[in-house]
Amino acid sequence: MTAGTAPAPSLVAGAAHLLKARETGIGIALVAVVVVATVLNPAFVFSSDGFRDLLLTPSILMVVAVGQAAVIVTRNVDLSVGSVVGLVAYLTGTLLRDVPGIPIVVVVLAGIGFGAALGLVNGALVAYAKVPALVITLGTMYVYRGINVAWTGSDRINASDLPGAFRALGTGKLLGIPLLTILAVAVLVAAAWYLRNLRGGRELYAIGSDPAAAQLYGLRVTRRVLAAFVACGALAGLAGVLFAARYGTVSSNAGFGWELQAIGAAVIGGVAISGGVGTVWGAALGAYLLLTINRALPIIGVDDFWQRAVVGALIIGAIVLDRVLAVRQHRRLVGQREAEREVTA
Amino acid sequence: MTRVSTGSTGEVAAGTAGQSAAGQAAAGQGMAADAAGRVYTAHSRPLWRRVLLTREASIIGLLLAVLAVATLTVPNFDSPLTTTFLLREITPILLVALPMTLVIITEEIDLSVASVIGLSSVVVGLCVQAGWPFPSAMALAVAVGAVAGAVNGALVTFVGLPSLAVTIGTLALFRGIAVGLLGTTAISDLPEFWTGLTRQNIPGTPVPLVMILFVVLALACAVVLHFTPVGRSLYAIGLNKEAAAFSGIDVGLTKFWLFVTSGAVSGFAGVYFTLLYSNARGDNAIGMELQVIAAVLLGGVSIFGGRGALHGVIAGVLLIGVLGSALRLSGVTSDLITIVTGLLLIASVTSARALTWLHQRRARPGRR
Amino acid sequence: MQPDTPSAPPALELAGVAKSFGSVVALKSADLRVEKGSIHALIGENGAGKSTLVKIVAGLYRRDDGTLALDGEPVDFHTTAESKAAGIAVIYQEPTLFPDLSVTENIFMGRQPTRRFGRIDRRAMREEACALFDRLGVRIDPDRPTDGLSIADQQIIEIAKAISLDARVLIMDEPTAALSGVEVDRLFAVARALRDEGRALVFISHRFDEIFDLCDTVTVMRDGAYVDTLPVADTTVDGLVRMMVGRDVAELFPKLPAEIGDDVLVVDGLSQPGVFHDVSFTVRAGEIVGLAGLVGAGRSEVARAVFGVDPYASGSVRVDGEPLPPGSPRAAIGRGLALVPEDRRKQGLVLDQTVARNVTLAIRERLSRWGLVWDGLENAAARTWASRLEVKTAALDAETGTLSGGNQQKVVLGKWLASDPKVLIVDEPTRGIDVGTKAEVHRLLSRLAQQGVAVLMISSELPEVLGMADRVLVMREGRLTGELDRADATPEAVMHAATAEEALR
Repeated sequence: MTAGTAPAPSLVAGAAHLLKARETGIGIALVAVVVVATVLNPAFVFSSDGFRDLLLTPSILMVVAVGQAAVIVTRNVDLSVGSVVGLVAYLTGTLLRDVPGIPIVVVVLAGIGFGAALGLVNGALVAYAKVPALVITLGTMYVYRGINVAWTGSDRINASDLPGAFRALGTGKLLGIPLLTILAVAVLVAAAWYLRNLRGGRELYAIGSDPAAAQLYGLRVTRRVLAAFVACGALAGLAGVLFAARYGTVSSNAGFGWELQAIGAAVIGGVAISGGVGTVWGAALGAYLLLTINRALPIIGVDDFWQRAVVGALIIGAIVLDRVLAVRQHRRLVGQREAEREVTA
Repeated sequence: MTRVSTGSTGEVAAGTAGQSAAGQAAAGQGMAADAAGRVYTAHSRPLWRRVLLTREASIIGLLLAVLAVATLTVPNFDSPLTTTFLLREITPILLVALPMTLVIITEEIDLSVASVIGLSSVVVGLCVQAGWPFPSAMALAVAVGAVAGAVNGALVTFVGLPSLAVTIGTLALFRGIAVGLLGTTAISDLPEFWTGLTRQNIPGTPVPLVMILFVVLALACAVVLHFTPVGRSLYAIGLNKEAAAFSGIDVGLTKFWLFVTSGAVSGFAGVYFTLLYSNARGDNAIGMELQVIAAVLLGGVSIFGGRGALHGVIAGVLLIGVLGSALRLSGVTSDLITIVTGLLLIASVTSARALTWLHQRRARPGRR
Repeated sequence: MQPDTPSAPPALELAGVAKSFGSVVALKSADLRVEKGSIHALIGENGAGKSTLVKIVAGLYRRDDGTLALDGEPVDFHTTAESKAAGIAVIYQEPTLFPDLSVTENIFMGRQPTRRFGRIDRRAMREEACALFDRLGVRIDPDRPTDGLSIADQQIIEIAKAISLDARVLIMDEPTAALSGVEVDRLFAVARALRDEGRALVFISHRFDEIFDLCDTVTVMRDGAYVDTLPVADTTVDGLVRMMVGRDVAELFPKLPAEIGDDVLVVDGLSQPGVFHDVSFTVRAGEIVGLAGLVGAGRSEVARAVFGVDPYASGSVRVDGEPLPPGSPRAAIGRGLALVPEDRRKQGLVLDQTVARNVTLAIRERLSRWGLVWDGLENAAARTWASRLEVKTAALDAETGTLSGGNQQKVVLGKWLASDPKVLIVDEPTRGIDVGTKAEVHRLLSRLAQQGVAVLMISSELPEVLGMADRVLVMREGRLTGELDRADATPEAVMHAATAEEALR
């Protein structure tokens, strides 16, 4: 009966845990892709454009994937994020163009707030009407995109419409690192910290792991799920602002198809679609890997057109791998317990 | 809890069993005699309530209402040409919605159907370009669709993965292969006999020829779903797959074949799509999976599985098609149609939920 | 161990509490008065309303009528969180844990110790978990996920959770069902310690030895209503059983003489690693074989493997001398096997479907004509079985979920009798059904045996097994540990085989 004296996890154990973590595998894959591409074409990293793109391209999707991961962890999904990105990107452009002199901070906050409001609609429908998120967000995906198209029409925001200070957000650097990347990483770290260290974050995992048990525990399931959707919407909104800053041109199909990319990124990163498992680190790395592979393919000599097939293969590979690992872990845990019993008996 | 009279448990059968054949007709009176001579009526509610107070009936009603309003108020809506174009355009969705209904009833989903359409389109194009006779090209395209469906089915049933995740993956994979094979080029040099066939109507009507094929397929699907042991097992799987397995239903194998069917029908829809627009491209029908699913759910199929009927689904697809066509003719832009589609979907699922909630509050024991 | 004379208000008091689900009355009028510093047994047959009562106290259900008071203060819980905050901890029959989260997180979810900025203090949390396990005297790795733990370990975690809540009232709904003797002893020591601290405990159990060992007061319920409350010292097992059942026990099990024929089901050396090992037995025509043992001994698993729902690694199953292919319930049904499963709501029935569809689900293919089935065919078959079993339902298209537990069980029985089985395996056939229906089920099984059906009956209720079976098999930890003829099958002999060295505890 020595449970009380069992040592707390040591640094060594922590390191071993880190090595075995699912995220590490994705990280290694990412590094491998970058190394191979760089060997074949050093400009992939060692050129100012190459280095910038390496960091910049995945940043916006990363922000969306982080929000998506928080929702998937609760055993839900948000298909409307792509439409939210598009709608907020256009809102951002319009504000900057039509309200001269508007402070950039206000624009950013407006974008995040609008995204959060759209997320709130999703969350309220899912949490209170108890309709599966897949259906609700499929509906809002249409509605938000429709509103976007109706509002935009054939209009387009051009880079020249946007103030230079705002464009600098998309192109600027700090110590050689793009501002956008710094922002995305800051969002990632904050989300990861919340999900790991605060009660609210842990409860999201509990809800996704077993919603019925969460109810029995007396967790505030409805409120937490609502919050996850609002956060996901807010992050998609932020991504919309960043989209406008990075690309300058915003038409009515901005963010089209991003919902599947974001879900794909989360799944590749080890976030289980059945909830309760995975981290935002994984989702962010997944987003990074997805878009970096896209850029690396032509260098490795694979035609551009095969990008999507590679993405699909990656998603399938990742979920099959997760399944195999989960089955093995389950067997190991059962075995471990049997062994412990033998010892006690 | 009620105490049952501990009378002769084993041997009451006789008298009551005889009248069974009349069971269907004897809708109506909810009488129930007590004690041993209990009479079991087939239905607790009268026929009109069972027929009219359903999701399917309300969708059909809505469809008829939209048709009536559009015919009266929208210029040119009642012209034969409108009907022809409308039916031609929604045929791929109608076709794919059939297997999708079965898949969703078993509580799974197939997001890869539109990608299979794209893949099949490319296969047809490449075969024709290589000089294959068209029927062989078509057969290969359908076979490729079936194989794609088998990939989905195997991953879902034999590896045990959630179909949502699997088909998000294959959505990208199949589309990627299609685009990879053909790039951004298009093959539009297709045999004129076959492209012409898709534009022909049933003589004397504004209805495209392809609708005959659809009706046959739809009838086959409806019979399987509503009047065969297989159909019974699909509903049982969707509502409680454990109980289904305990009743001797091979849940995995059943689902596997549904995915294969879904792939094959999508493959065929891809051939039709290619012929209709005389264009074989990798990005054909992009995004159509969500239109199909929206229509199926609008038609009253529950995303939780186990509920839904084929006539509701067909009405759901037609409703979206008719609404779109009517709005377009009255000069509304396509974006509003998108909004309406989305709102309809949300309204239909939340209203169903609200209704069952009210119903459960009144009549059902609470489930934990 | 007499409760104090109630000068202070009782820790928990329910009076006239009623609850219905639609047309099903789960509680008619429940009374319960639990004093501080007391361990109070709540007993009654399955279906007597104990679990409903617990869920009302826990805030999971809302009562329709009656009063609920804590320390003399009337209370009204809308959610489980409110009940928890009021100092009530509940250990449910089935553990409800989050499989993906660590043992420690499972104990403290929703109320983790925090440091600055609301940051969870993982170290403190872990230490507290270890301290709890020390107090319970068990060794469970606090960092591992709860996935893969045995039911007993999961139950221990539930108990640790409840203790850590520092509750005023602790309700345990059959916490010992899956525990070994040593684990039960530890649990009881903890329970006594909590009692001595002045807390009130409610203990629901079917094991009378445990009740007499641990509790000071007992309340009996029957058919959703209060029967009596008395000091444990003033009562006997027979007296309690009579109050629970409302009649003499002997009447309950009308075993009819049946002619025993040839071997029909022969199971030989069936093994599945980690689940059951080398299980061999036969069931003959006209024979009722009881399969006894503790919950978790592997009885249901063997039944499922025989029927083909679960796989098995080695061994063989024969029906009428012919081997039965493994892993195919369909083949088993074709060869005349039927399994009335343990969990009728999850495994036996499609609750959202009609009575007619449920009764005909297993015979859907046999019923079809030219490959087709329609409502008329199904209703005809369903009507036959509904009337034979006297199912109480308004109509054949009533959703099965709206029936009472006893009637649901009748639908499951009808479903399998409709398949005209040669071998009928029934797993806990009378769990959670009322006394009247229970007697009907027993009579039915008896009559089936008379007609030559081979019956294998798994049951955790010893009187049921002893009353019904021609022969009793006993399992412990996945192995057959005893085979007793009807004449030799005494409660002591069966319990000895089921618990081995712990029998004389």
